[in-house]
Amino acid sequence: MLAKRIIPCLDVKEGRVVKGIRYVDFRDVGDPVDAARRYDEEGADELVFLDITASLEHRSTMIDIARRVAEQIFIPFTVGGGIRTVEDIRDTLLAGADKVSIMTAAVYDPDLINQAAERYGNQCIVVAVDAKRVPREGRDDSYLGPAPDEAIEWRIYTHGGTRPADVDALAYSIEAVRRGAGELLVTSIDADGTKAGYDLELLRRISESVSVPVIASGGAGSVDHLYQALDYGKADAVLAASIFHFQELTIQDVKRELAARGVTVRL
Amino acid sequence: MVAIVDYGMGNLGSVEKALRFIGAEARLTSDPAEVRAASAVILPGVGAFDDCMRNLRESGLARPVVDAIETGKPFLGICLGLQVLFEESEEGGREKGLSLFRGRVLRFRHSLKIPQIGWNQIRRTQDAPQLAGVPDGAWVYFVHSYHVQPHDKNLIATVTDYGYEFPSAVRSENVFATQFHPEKSQRVGLQILRNFVASALP
Repeated sequence: MLAKRIIPCLDVKEGRVVKGIRYVDFRDVGDPVDAARRYDEEGADELVFLDITASLEHRSTMIDIARRVAEQIFIPFTVGGGIRTVEDIRDTLLAGADKVSIMTAAVYDPDLINQAAERYGNQCIVVAVDAKRVPREGRDDSYLGPAPDEAIEWRIYTHGGTRPADVDALAYSIEAVRRGAGELLVTSIDADGTKAGYDLELLRRISESVSVPVIASGGAGSVDHLYQALDYGKADAVLAASIFHFQELTIQDVKRELAARGVTVRL
Repeated sequence: MVAIVDYGMGNLGSVEKALRFIGAEARLTSDPAEVRAASAVILPGVGAFDDCMRNLRESGLARPVVDAIETGKPFLGICLGLQVLFEESEEGGREKGLSLFRGRVLRFRHSLKIPQIGWNQIRRTQDAPQLAGVPDGAWVYFVHSYHVQPHDKNLIATVTDYGYEFPSAVRSENVFATQFHPEKSQRVGLQILRNFVASALP
């Protein structure tokens, strides 16, 4: 049976992995290739490198990282952050990345998804869906506390979750797949960084509406959160950063616990 | 020298990188003469069946590939490089395959997510030397929407369960071809590539 994938996310800033990796015995804690190797040995199913500066000057740095990782690590990896054009996608794939994740550019120019998928195949195009809960129109009663799921909808926000795009997240997900997205990387902006769990309702709704795999992102703080995203959220893969960086859990520990709870994982 | 056939369809570099990593002498080439001169041939695969066949034919690579197989050179097909060994595919459906084996390529017939993306297990159905050192039930990486259906079931080397059991590798003497990607299947994948390279040595 196809295994649920556990994917560590490595945030890269100016060519270095940030978010304090816990491996203090590392020769170079911030080197993306060293970090990738360690995660590969621990049993990561894939890797995601995210350029969090996402600036033009750092494109060549990400390309260089992709090249170095591809020479040494033989599991699939995705590069994202600041990818704007078909040329960016081409350069990243040629450097050795298996997939690219596109976000802001695809929201404002959805045709980029078609062009990229036609040229390089759906399987290497991951479309990032950065969604935020907002009250349904005319129903802003947030002063009463968190709104129930029926009273809210999810909208796309770009530029690291700071700018509303006036796009419905569910409709956008369906549209992205129709245009050729091979996978969706669904991030809850509300949950991201909280370690309080993924937005399960968002995951479930998107996963039930599309035919391609959904990768859950944003909010993982425990193995139970991962389990919930795969079970109730119906995600095909879970992305997590801090749970692996800060906690005393290896990817192997996490997988063993998920397996004990009946989840198919690669052990 | 191992020739990795480059028929102009995207990123084939990861196969070359994996071979370099295990110390093999390999070259990505679109030159028919180089494919003919090689001691072993790898046909990787990305993209769609019809495009692949058209590109192989128009770049003059289809004949050298078939000749390499028929003259007994060690041959490894990967993903689409497995599918084009058969007669025809439901994907596209206009181009004829290399037709070295009888059978068709079918789209998954189930309601699970397509493409199958991720790690799944291989169960061995014959004792292939190309799988030496690979345990039964080993995890390998897949990305595909179609799978082969060989006429001769004895070709099947491994099967994998995704909705139902499909052939995940086939083998016939010097030919070994996988639906999964050895170059992305970590230790197991590198072991399969090592076995292949070893079989290519005099």
